[in-house]
Amino acid sequence: MTVLLDVRDLSISFPNARPVQELSFTIEEGETLAIVGESGSGKSLTALALLRLLPRTAQMSAGRVRFAGRDLLALSEREFRKLRGRDLAMIFQEPMTALNPVLPIGAQVAEVLRLHLGLSRKAAARRAVEVLDLVRIPDPARRATAYPHQLSGGQRQRVMIAIAVAAHPSLLVADEPTTALDVTIQAQILDLLAQLRRDLSMALLLITHDLGVVAEWADRVIALYAGRKVEEARPEQLLGTPRHPYTQGLMAASPRQRVGYHYTDGPLIEIPGHIGSAAGEAGCPFAPRCGFTEPSCRTSMPPLLAREEGRLVACPVTAAREISHGHAVGL
Amino acid sequence: MPDAPRLARVLVGALAHAVPTVIGIVILDFFLLRLAPGDAADVLAGESGAATEETVAALRSRFGLDLPVLDQLLAYLGNLTHLSLGFSPRYNMPVSDLIMQRLPGTLVLMLVALVFALALGILLGVVMANFAGGWPDRLLSVVALLFYSIPSFWIGLMLIVLFSVKLGWLPSGGAETIGSDLTGVAHLLDRARFMVLPGLSLSLFYVAIYGRLVRASMLEVTAQDYIRTAAAKGLSPVAITVRHALRNALLPVTTVAGVHLGGLMGGAVVVETVYSWPGLGRLAFEAVMARDFSVLLGVMLLSAALVIVANVLIDLIQAWLDPRIEVA
Repeated sequence: MTVLLDVRDLSISFPNARPVQELSFTIEEGETLAIVGESGSGKSLTALALLRLLPRTAQMSAGRVRFAGRDLLALSEREFRKLRGRDLAMIFQEPMTALNPVLPIGAQVAEVLRLHLGLSRKAAARRAVEVLDLVRIPDPARRATAYPHQLSGGQRQRVMIAIAVAAHPSLLVADEPTTALDVTIQAQILDLLAQLRRDLSMALLLITHDLGVVAEWADRVIALYAGRKVEEARPEQLLGTPRHPYTQGLMAASPRQRVGYHYTDGPLIEIPGHIGSAAGEAGCPFAPRCGFTEPSCRTSMPPLLAREEGRLVACPVTAAREISHGHAVGL
Repeated sequence: MPDAPRLARVLVGALAHAVPTVIGIVILDFFLLRLAPGDAADVLAGESGAATEETVAALRSRFGLDLPVLDQLLAYLGNLTHLSLGFSPRYNMPVSDLIMQRLPGTLVLMLVALVFALALGILLGVVMANFAGGWPDRLLSVVALLFYSIPSFWIGLMLIVLFSVKLGWLPSGGAETIGSDLTGVAHLLDRARFMVLPGLSLSLFYVAIYGRLVRASMLEVTAQDYIRTAAAKGLSPVAITVRHALRNALLPVTTVAGVHLGGLMGGAVVVETVYSWPGLGRLAFEAVMARDFSVLLGVMLLSAALVIVANVLIDLIQAWLDPRIEVA
């Protein structure tokens, strides 16, 4: 497998906040990488930064962003526009508002085809119907002339996906694509994304806060906390044996972890504190909410250490405990 | 065209409202005009300088002015059902002929002013929104405020001073070069030269309104999710503005522009007087001075019809711009 996207030390800052700090990750061709985190962890900003769609007030810096062999940081805005929507596409959280209300959906898909593939108006309209069929919009030829307000939320998200995949991108960034949809539609949309990923051999960057989605659809997962990567692993590793105190807390808070337990049976478990509690302070951002804090946690950000094959955890404290625990068992 | 049946429904709905509105306006106008002291016979008698009671009475009975008010109204409505607007005592000719003489001039003036106002206003608004908070935005905001607050007759006079008196580029009044026998394109160009200043002075007030309206609605629209979607497609900023933002931002402008058509007619009275433009506005003004109510009623009926037609047009344009509108 070759690396499609290689991001090193991505930081995003606003005049009075740094919501993403020194984030590094790679995506291989055809891979699904999930980024999970709670609201405010910087996951959506990371996605927007990849497409250079950050709000004007945001500043982005990175040591390196390489995509399909090209240095994205060196591209001018004009050059980047050619990439955006063609090789690098994105779908958003809110299908209800992400489509232009005054244009028929077919025209909105065809716009991408005309822009990036240089198709004529007629050819683009024909191809748009095929793309709508690809995302399983029923009766696509008739539906192409429908307006967004005539479609359901799930169908609108399919149209968004059609717009994104129309030019066969090699990477699709999906920013919480199912958050605004109800549960049965969620599974359909994610199935569709998974199938398109296989059929079009594209990589998928899936931004979500839903651990269930991660378990079923991701190849690899990164947990973000306050703009920093705290753990990277395969989904079964992260969900089965979380190594970072934050991911451990997340899993403990999931009602599904306790057999036969229903959320009406008693109080829900939560991680005390909130995500902004360490803003502007040195050290590990999770330290104020962590049960294992040591003095060193307050002074410098713990480095990401490889634990097992393909696994990175930013917590030396749990690492040390595991080692001593492992020794104890071994003796 | 999947839009066609929907647009047809909008059209039928709007026309159904139009008929009772026109009848109501005619009756209301008729009674309002009776409130003014004096009538056409008084004015004619006064101007002749030596009229006796008998001549005035004769004039009144000749024009039906001595009948009870209700009978006059019924007679007028009866005329209307025969598509006649009555007879002008002052000009001594049918009102409809009089109006048809003046109507084209005013329509052209209003149209030119509206086109100026929309084109300049939208341009102004887009530029201001694009540089929101920056110096072009502030500068243009001040300009818009000036246009908004200066009365149109003064703007008209100042434009005459600048372009006619000082620079000598454009004529100061009238509709075409008197005594010229130009034809074809040369004739059109000659008339266009006479149109620029009146059109401009009538439109500047509306340029300011549309500019500020477009600025506000562009700022609102560009914050929408679908603008981000358009950017994610790889469209250029110009394509995003024109194809995705502007069309949505124009919806409130069309509403306001429809309302303004009536106002433009009122403004035309002033501008036509300043530029001695042979239009309906000046005719209405002269009719008021002469108490020539049948002419005035005709003008008012026509302007009401114009406003209604404009509203129907606006409904159609909005339905075309915004597919979510079913029956306005």
